[in-house]
Parts: sequence; structure tokens; C-alpha cells
Amino acid sequence: MIQTVTSVQLPVDETLSIKRNRLLPEGVREGDAQSTGIPRISIVTGIHGDELEGQYVCYELQRRIKENQKCLTGIVDIYPAMNPLGIDSITRGIPDFDLDLNRLFPGSGDGDMTDVLAAGIIEAVEGSDLVFDIHASNIYLTEIPQIRINEKTRDALVPIAMHCNVDFLWVHSASTVLESTFAWALNSRGTKTLVVEMGVGMRITKSIGNQLVDGIFCAMKEMGAWSGDVITPKTPILSEDPNEVVFLNASTGGIFIRDKKAGDPVRKGDVVGRLVDPLSGTLLENVTSPVDGLLFTIREYPVVSQGSLMGRILKRGGEKK
Amino acid sequence: MTEEIIYELPGLYRDALRVRGFSFGQGKKACCIVGAMRGNEVQQLYVASQLVKRLAEEESEGRLLSGKILVIPAVNPYSLNISKRFWPTDNTDINRMYPGYDLGETTQRIAAGVFKQIEDYPFGVQLASFYMPGTYVPHTRVMDAGYPVNLEYAKQFGMPYVVLRNTRPYDTTTLNYNWQIWGCHAVSLYTTTTTTIDKDSAQQAVRAIVRFLSAQGILTYHGHGGYVSRVINDRDMIQIRPKCAGFFDSHVRVGFEVKKGKNLGRIIDPLTGEIIEKLTSPVDGIVFFQHSNPLTYADTAVFKLIPLED
Repeated sequence: MIQTVTSVQLPVDETLSIKRNRLLPEGVREGDAQSTGIPRISIVTGIHGDELEGQYVCYELQRRIKENQKCLTGIVDIYPAMNPLGIDSITRGIPDFDLDLNRLFPGSGDGDMTDVLAAGIIEAVEGSDLVFDIHASNIYLTEIPQIRINEKTRDALVPIAMHCNVDFLWVHSASTVLESTFAWALNSRGTKTLVVEMGVGMRITKSIGNQLVDGIFCAMKEMGAWSGDVITPKTPILSEDPNEVVFLNASTGGIFIRDKKAGDPVRKGDVVGRLVDPLSGTLLENVTSPVDGLLFTIREYPVVSQGSLMGRILKRGGEKK
Repeated sequence: MTEEIIYELPGLYRDALRVRGFSFGQGKKACCIVGAMRGNEVQQLYVASQLVKRLAEEESEGRLLSGKILVIPAVNPYSLNISKRFWPTDNTDINRMYPGYDLGETTQRIAAGVFKQIEDYPFGVQLASFYMPGTYVPHTRVMDAGYPVNLEYAKQFGMPYVVLRNTRPYDTTTLNYNWQIWGCHAVSLYTTTTTTIDKDSAQQAVRAIVRFLSAQGILTYHGHGGYVSRVINDRDMIQIRPKCAGFFDSHVRVGFEVKKGKNLGRIIDPLTGEIIEKLTSPVDGIVFFQHSNPLTYADTAVFKLIPLED
């Protein structure tokens, strides 16, 4: 059932509404759903208007649930568009305000329009037993399917994240925590929220979408929200040591020609891609891997400035834990 | 007053795009007024809203005589609501899509949907904005599209100037050009601003439209008779283009009368503060347009002057 969780009036003949679709097990009525004690899973995406990989996940998850409705034993809330104006105008943040919605949480019911929306979103999702906050990197970088976890929430989240069929769990250090994010706002209130990063901005990659949908079913099964068959999820590489992640930054501006793809294993000295100057026809720099490892992030957008992130490599051995 | 949806486009995650029209009076189609087509045309939206209010009063007080008046305040609420000038996704300009195509791209469909409802009005008024940031002496503008042009209609608005515009290739996809092809007497009405509201200028525009409607016998109006408009061909305007780029510091305002040799303004080096160019008037004239951004490019008109009549 499609429900409006929060809305605001826009100046010219338009209402901005944030909507969800609530899927319920057979025989459970909406009025009773949250008091029955059955698990509730929320699928959230579209906080950044240019990240679209989650659109496919929202559709495909529902398509498969509807095919086997009788196997649904929990509540599934689908929120495909937390930033409707952004998605509709190819804008990462909230248009006009030019604000990143994922830096406005938990919001405030008596703040600006953007604060009110953020607060309405939190109120709707809080209390879920598990939340997937699906991101798609940005237009610059492609990511392998991964879940990012703040070390402060490690113990609560890593056990369930292991069942989600992603390639990589990256446990971040607390020093990089952004307290204004959606995931932090919910995790700090005790609502388990997994940040998924996968694919690239402005595109849908069906294969990784299917991989995550398989993983969501595995997590649902683990929590008692799904009784149907699921795959055996892949065991992700778990990295908890910040020294295991190597960042590649461009030492010069140029046009990037990618030679490796996200997920490729690399050896020390391998060329990940080349920075070239199309005006003079010269090679400016070979972007090489300084270590053996897994290339889990790769530059996608070709126009590069000095310092731009070109890739991230997880040193081999990171998977030993 | 009757309210109707002129065109509607369903949204995915946004509310539907609704182009709303407000009509007044009875009988044959008489005059259509179109407001904001771009997301930055706040003044044009404001003028249209004030016109709707005014016409509602005229109608309720029994001053409408004959014919139907249609006002469309906003063709593009989607862009207005996110302060984006052109269409949110593909950045196209609805006023470069006429007469539109109902099986085409999104903005072609919007243009087609709107144009189908308004193509057969004998008189059309577009509340227009200019493509460059700047302020104008309020005026009406008529496009010389190669069809018979009757400037007397444009003069009936009683604005200070009527500008005869010579068409350029891109004009052929504007609302006004296509209105003219359909036999409509189309006039663009320019007020002083676009992105900010100038209430005085807006009220002048509302009075000008009411005055025109009165001259056409569509309503009765006993207010100010307006200006005796001077007609000027846009080819005869004098453009002042600085050779240098930098800060643009004006010493005059639109509407000022200036003498030949008068200091109009200067260009200042944005790093050193040195005056790098002085701008002087080559003629005795009226400042008709003035660039409004603090920075300017080189070779770009910062003033347009109307030479005084001999």
C-alpha cells in the first residue's frame, strides 16, 4: 500500500511528497502491522538524486516478493525516492537549496522545509528492525557492492551485514563519522542501518542490483521476514584496519582512460588507467597500483583534476579476518 | 472566473505538472496572456497573478464587455519550484519548442499541449524576459516575422516604447512567432525585471494590459491613458560593449536621458581595482537596457541606448 510519509507545499501548484510502499504478509492489516511484533525491513534509496542503482533494487525486490507473496512473513517498506526533486532534475542534493540531504539528518520538525522533510523521513523509518540505505557512489567513481559500517556500530551491524551477499564490508574508523547522515541518525537511535555503496551514479547496473536483491532476501530470511528459498550468500571480505585501504589520487589533471574495472585484482605496479592530454596527444601519467590487492573503487568520470580520487585498493590480506 | 487545466503531465516522484488557465468573460476567444515559461521568470509570474486578481475584480464588478480572456500564469511550475531556468531534466527551453509536437520530447509536448489551447486567439500577450541579466525600460515588442504587423495594437498598451524586433533563426520556435503564423496579433510585454519582483513595474504592466483590452472593446477602463508609445526598430539601438572584462560599475540607470560624450560607467580590474575602461555615450539618447550583474564579459552589451529623435 502506497503511503505518503511526509509532504510540503511548493510555491507554484505542486506538493512535494515522500512516499513508501508497505508490503505486508497475507492476513496482516496495516493498522496492526507494527504492533504484531513481526520484523520490519526498510529499503531506502534516492537520498542523492543522481544515485539510481537502488531504483532497480526497489522494483526487483517487490517483483520477486509479489511472485511469492505467501513467503513474506515481515513488513517490507520501500522508499525509492527520499529526494524526489533531486531525482527528477538530475541533481545530487536538494535543488534550489543546493543542500546535501544526507547532511541534514536527523532534521527538525520546526526547522526549514529541508529539516522538516529530514525529520519526517527519520520518524517514518525509525523502529525498523533493519534498514538498507542504498547509495550508488556518485558520477565519478564505480564501487563494487559493499557495505560501509562505522566502527562504533560494528558489533551491531557486522553480523547481519555478513548475510547480505555483498563483496566487501568496510568498517570505517570513527574519526570519519558524519553525524548528520541518515544512517548515523538511525543507528544512534538503535535502528540498525546498513549503508550500501554499489555501482556508479546516473546508471543502473542490473547484475549488482540482482546481487543485492538476493542479499536482501538472505537478510530477511535471517530475521524471519521471509520463508522462501534464498541463495547461500557470498562471504564478504571484511576490512577493519584503515591501513589496509590505499587511496590513489591523480598527481596531475587530464583525461582518464580506464584500463581496469572495479573488482579486478591488481598487482603492485599494474596500470589501473592512464591520464592523457588529448590536445598534445601525450601520456601524462600511468595510474599504477602501489600494492597487491583488490581494486574496489575505480574512477569513472574521465575529466580529472590534480588530486582527484582515481581508485581505492584493499591490500591483499585484508580478507584474513 | 473559470479555472481549467490547460495541460497536465504526470510525474514519477513529483506531483503532476499542471498548467493552469484562468478565463474571464463570455463569448468568442479574445485575448490570451501567457506568464512564466521559464523557471526564473518570477516577475512574469507575479504580473500574471496580479492580472488574474485584477480581471477577477473587473468581472465581478461587471466591467467585462465581450469575449473570453485567458490567463496562463505558469507554463513551467516544475522549473519555478526548483529555481532552475529551463526544464529540470534536459535543460530545454519551452519557449524554443513552439508550435510543439505532441509525440515528441517532453518540452515539445508541453508546448504542443499549451499551444493547441491558445493558437486561435486573435490577440496574444507574452510576459517575456530577456536572455541576459539586466533591467529594461518597460516596453512592448513585436516580432517582424514576415507577416503583416500592425504596430497600432502594440501602441494600445500605452507603454513608453514599442520595439520592432527583426527575427533571428531561433525566433521561429518561440510562442510569439508561432502565434503570428496562426494569424494572432502577438505582443511581448517586458517589465523591468525577471528574477526579482518590481511591484511598480508589475502594476504598470497590469494597467497596460487592461488598457489594451479596453481599446479592443473587451472591457471598460477609465484609468490613465498611458504613454504615446515611440516605435523603435531594434536595429537602431546603440549597443555599448566594453572591450575589457571585469567589474561593471554603472553611473546611470535605465530611463536616464544621456548626452553624447556622457560618462555611462566604467570597467574595473577585479584584482587590482584599477579603472581599465571608461564607457561613454556616442549619442544623445535614453538608457533602454542595462546589464545587472556585477561582473561582465568583454564584447558583451552592458547598455543599449535609444537615440533621441531628431
